Amino acid sequence: MRYNFLSLAANALSGNKHWAKAWRSPDPKPEYDAIIVGGGGHGLATAYYLAKNHGLTNIAVLEKGWLGGGNVGRNTTIVRSNYQMPANAQFYEHSMKLWEGLSQELNYNVMFSQRGILNLAHTPAQMDTHARRGNAMRMKGVDARLIGREEVAARVPGLDVTPNARFPIVGALLQERAGTARHDAVAWGYARGADMLGVDIIQNCEVTGFVFDENDRNKVVGVQTTRGKIGSKKVGVAVAGHTSHVMAMAGLTSLPIESHVLQAFVTEPIKPLLDTVVSFGAGHFYISQSDKGGLVFGGDPDLYNSYAQRGNLPMIEDVMSIAVALFPNASRLRLLRHWGGIMDMSMDGSPIITKTPKDGLYLNGGWCYGGFKATPASGWCFAHTIANDQPHEYNAAFTLDRFNRGTTIDEKGIGPFPGAH
Amino acid sequence: MLIPCPYCGPRDSGEFTYRGDATVTRPDADNTNIEDWCGYVYSRTNPMGVHQDYWHHVQGCRLLLKVTRNTLTHEVSGAEIVGAWQNWQNSQSQSGAVNSQNKDGAA
Repeated sequence: MRYNFLSLAANALSGNKHWAKAWRSPDPKPEYDAIIVGGGGHGLATAYYLAKNHGLTNIAVLEKGWLGGGNVGRNTTIVRSNYQMPANAQFYEHSMKLWEGLSQELNYNVMFSQRGILNLAHTPAQMDTHARRGNAMRMKGVDARLIGREEVAARVPGLDVTPNARFPIVGALLQERAGTARHDAVAWGYARGADMLGVDIIQNCEVTGFVFDENDRNKVVGVQTTRGKIGSKKVGVAVAGHTSHVMAMAGLTSLPIESHVLQAFVTEPIKPLLDTVVSFGAGHFYISQSDKGGLVFGGDPDLYNSYAQRGNLPMIEDVMSIAVALFPNASRLRLLRHWGGIMDMSMDGSPIITKTPKDGLYLNGGWCYGGFKATPASGWCFAHTIANDQPHEYNAAFTLDRFNRGTTIDEKGIGPFPGAH
Repeated sequence: MLIPCPYCGPRDSGEFTYRGDATVTRPDADNTNIEDWCGYVYSRTNPMGVHQDYWHHVQGCRLLLKVTRNTLTHEVSGAEIVGAWQNWQNSQSQSGAVNSQNKDGAA
């Protein structure tokens, strides 16, 4: 059922009793043309684009829990394409262009709000590095503006722009087309879109192993799951923080990935205070205000390996101290919700979307904590890679072997320390 | 999450700096095999379960510890000193002076 004014009116007039389910819950078939392991944002987007762009509709998404229950439902909703390294700038800008038409494409309101993002600068030297990144963006056709303290103050009234601030503000790098989106809606929109094209979304179905061809142990022919064996010659893995765990089942036991916990927070709802996205320049912190009114923010990962989906107090205190330093009037707010996710931190901070040494097995991971904004392009590129057995130009650099070959894509230039990316 | 420092006793994890995976071994300086070096720098098993990490007690005694910790539950089951002071820990254990086991460290 398409959502439009007619269906809205018809349902309103008939007591809202006839809305169709947004997606089916089919039983798994014994064989598909492709299987996506992982029913999060990236897995669902991949299934959608496999069906939409490549005509592969006899496919299934396998999700061990409930769809969208992982990182896609736990992030701080920021969408931006303000990256410096050419491979990243190109990829995330492709994603941004997909975001700009996404609600129409999916016939589902993902509430993409292009309210801009300001990366604050606190020293003249930092303004120089922001200028460098802004110029790198503009060379790739991405919008970027360097603004001074006065314009920052005008755009963000609650911000402490006084000279007495703990880290005085000098200016910011602004990307006007960046913004936020409703994270759950993205998962649901892609799920419904894929389902409408014939994709089976199988929830409560955990992959417990991979099945290889008896005559060629290097060729994937299916997966073992908690709901039985399911065959397919193409299997794409998009499981974020569980990448190492799942790929080990396929015999890839050492990857350039560590799983770390990142916490995120929402305050009680308040009247509009912040109508853009702000990131701190003297530490790791980013904040926006949701349409429900809560301030949504986060900072550094806890900085140790974890699969627990919850963190500890030292980092909570750290993040709160930055929030209050930037917005002193936030100090009296109550924290309403706080949670953790499992981040697949890669060894250079950049993603991996690639074929693997096993025929028919494809990997999408290494997103660190930046996967949400990448959801459309990640699905789009992974679908292309799976359908054609070849990466697209936009994900050609995101290989598994780039580390050993010396072609890392390190935005921060900090080296092989996953937690620090 | 409490880290049971053998010298200081159980301490909040915020007193430490995480120094990463303790299950990888740096190759000898005269090892010329590139695969060994790439493996040490880039490859991780990243287990969901019992793991060993290095934690540096920077806000305490400044010893480097190898901690046995479950990455799924955060339960810490032990810590040993790495390096020159390792013998100190062994001598203390023999005389029963220090209890390096912490069973209440889950957080």
